[in-house]
Amino acid sequence: MKIHEYQAKSVLERFGVPVPRGEVAFSATEAGEIARRLGGAIAVVKAQIHAGGRGKGGGVKLAKSADEAEQLAKQMIGMTLITHQTGPEGRKVARVLVEEGLQIERELYLSILIDRATACPVVIASAAGGMDIEEVAAKEPQKILREAINRGTGIIPFQARKLAFAMGLEGPAAQKLVKVLDAIYKAFIETDASMIEINPLILTKGGELLALDAKVSFDDNALYRHPDLRDLRDLSEEDPLEVEASKFSLNYIRLDGNIGCMVNGAGLAMATMDIIKLAGGEPANFLDVGGGANAEQIRNAFKILMSDKNVKAVFINIFGGILRCDVLAQGVIAAVKELGVPVPIVIRMEGTNVDEGKRMLKESGLNFATADSMGEGADKAVQLAGKS
Amino acid sequence: MAVLLDKNTRLIVQGLTGREGTFHAKQAATYGTTVVGGVTPGKGGTTHEGWPVFNSVHDAVAETGANATVIFVPPPFAADAVMEAADAGIALAVCITEGIPVVDMLKAMTFMEGKTTRLVGPNCPGVISAGKAKAGIIPGHICKEGRIGIVSKSGTLTYEAIHQLTRQGMGQTTCIGIGGDPLIGTTFIDALRLFAADPDTDAVIMIGEIGGTAEEEAGDFIKKEFKKPVVGFIAGQTAPPGRRMGHAGAIIAGGKGTAAEKMAALTKAGVHVVKSPADMGVKMKEVLGK
Repeated sequence: MKIHEYQAKSVLERFGVPVPRGEVAFSATEAGEIARRLGGAIAVVKAQIHAGGRGKGGGVKLAKSADEAEQLAKQMIGMTLITHQTGPEGRKVARVLVEEGLQIERELYLSILIDRATACPVVIASAAGGMDIEEVAAKEPQKILREAINRGTGIIPFQARKLAFAMGLEGPAAQKLVKVLDAIYKAFIETDASMIEINPLILTKGGELLALDAKVSFDDNALYRHPDLRDLRDLSEEDPLEVEASKFSLNYIRLDGNIGCMVNGAGLAMATMDIIKLAGGEPANFLDVGGGANAEQIRNAFKILMSDKNVKAVFINIFGGILRCDVLAQGVIAAVKELGVPVPIVIRMEGTNVDEGKRMLKESGLNFATADSMGEGADKAVQLAGKS
Repeated sequence: MAVLLDKNTRLIVQGLTGREGTFHAKQAATYGTTVVGGVTPGKGGTTHEGWPVFNSVHDAVAETGANATVIFVPPPFAADAVMEAADAGIALAVCITEGIPVVDMLKAMTFMEGKTTRLVGPNCPGVISAGKAKAGIIPGHICKEGRIGIVSKSGTLTYEAIHQLTRQGMGQTTCIGIGGDPLIGTTFIDALRLFAADPDTDAVIMIGEIGGTAEEEAGDFIKKEFKKPVVGFIAGQTAPPGRRMGHAGAIIAGGKGTAAEKMAALTKAGVHVVKSPADMGVKMKEVLGK
């Protein structure tokens, strides 16, 4: 689960990571009041969306007065912000973070995540902060530092010092980095974060280290034990169909194509998208109905599939293991009868009770196209989507 | 021969008295697996479906001589169950549970260091040795005894591979679902090592997916020391970056973990990589020249 920058900063602050003073505003008036409260010569107004690259898209601006902050917030709230991470449709800005402006001496990069290969948390640091870290990694990989954390001990001060010195921090600033890293690691473990990224971590002219930006995402599987964090979810940042699907424990991701897919199992669902593409078509979605889907879930899955108006054909690819083909057929027949699905449906099923399932489809009197292999099914779906 | 499971396997089910545990214990027994009991803390001393239930894995092992466990325990308690199995010194622990927090798995991996237990999973369909025994949810009736090994991150895609092999007249030795989580016990390389040492396995189908670098690491291993033919498929060639595709580990993050990178790495290692998931069986037949 992703959260906004201002929420991430508030979580990190709880664990002792210094952040700039600031507050979130949902209206221009609020933004002006916050800037007035903050005082200072400069305020920063930052659009809050779940995507990076906001600065280049016009979502981060400096104000020299509270009135200007209010003006900037007025322009930003309600605007559609397009960055390299939002896609061409962009994201609507509903809230802004108003912060004190700071005198920046240096910009560093820090993040922490799990390294799968070693099954350890790893800290990634760089003296080249404030830039796109993927670009730095590609062009100047020597500027990326990695420090694996022992799971038993957590981050040890010498490791933090090592990173501090390698980034060119000295004296009190290096000592401060030790504290910051310790706090970030604690936050990472205690909130069940998947990733914490601070870019940039700034050294101010006054010698302070602060998280000027922060991105935090949480492990969805652990949210059950963090009700406070779960409340930070902003549904308006998510696709409405995906939100709807999640209510029925369906794993749905909307894509740009026109062939709706319904599959059991995540791997087979991805493979089905792949084979549609190979057949010359474009998948409209990823949809995993899970291993134990019942007729009701199949019905809901169909509803969600068909809410995407781009769908011109549906490809159902099921390998029945625990999910029996006759149960699937029953669910599909009921859904099609009830919802009156107006596009061609290609069904490929295999596995448990396949003959019974096929017989039910045939006897339903409904116009299903069937296929004996996933290759044939994909070909048929692509062909039918082109026609309808 | 087969790997991990055979006729000498004595299996217990952690979470036997739950719905899933009960169903799959029966399925395993029907398939011919020697299921010797189950563990549900607090229900020790009772019987369930004719099997003795124990309070702890230690008790179950002491009483039944179990050498393998399959774990159907809800996510909040599953890492605990894995660690308990390891503490009891059981040789094989297969964890089916999906949705275990990563931090819990970090703890479990730390706990298991230096212990003898091999963990398969979590978030996996389990293991089946065709015609011999199974621990997990892979349907027995689709498998056929033969000479191909399968190792896969995905459940239903494993069934697909089994089915395609059967259509080509080829059977399997053992199919190992290693799971789609970021942190897993048995890796591709571990499974390949087992197949390398199994005289009855002639070739392997390896099914990967986007996310992480396990496929690339397996590629290095294959190039260096795996001598049997490998047919490979990577799911998620069309997956958008930054989106988690069902499995917790299936995500292209920071431009890394793409299918294209993995397919290139495996091809370079001499793996017969197929673009289409429909071609795994035919490719294997072609490679073995049958």
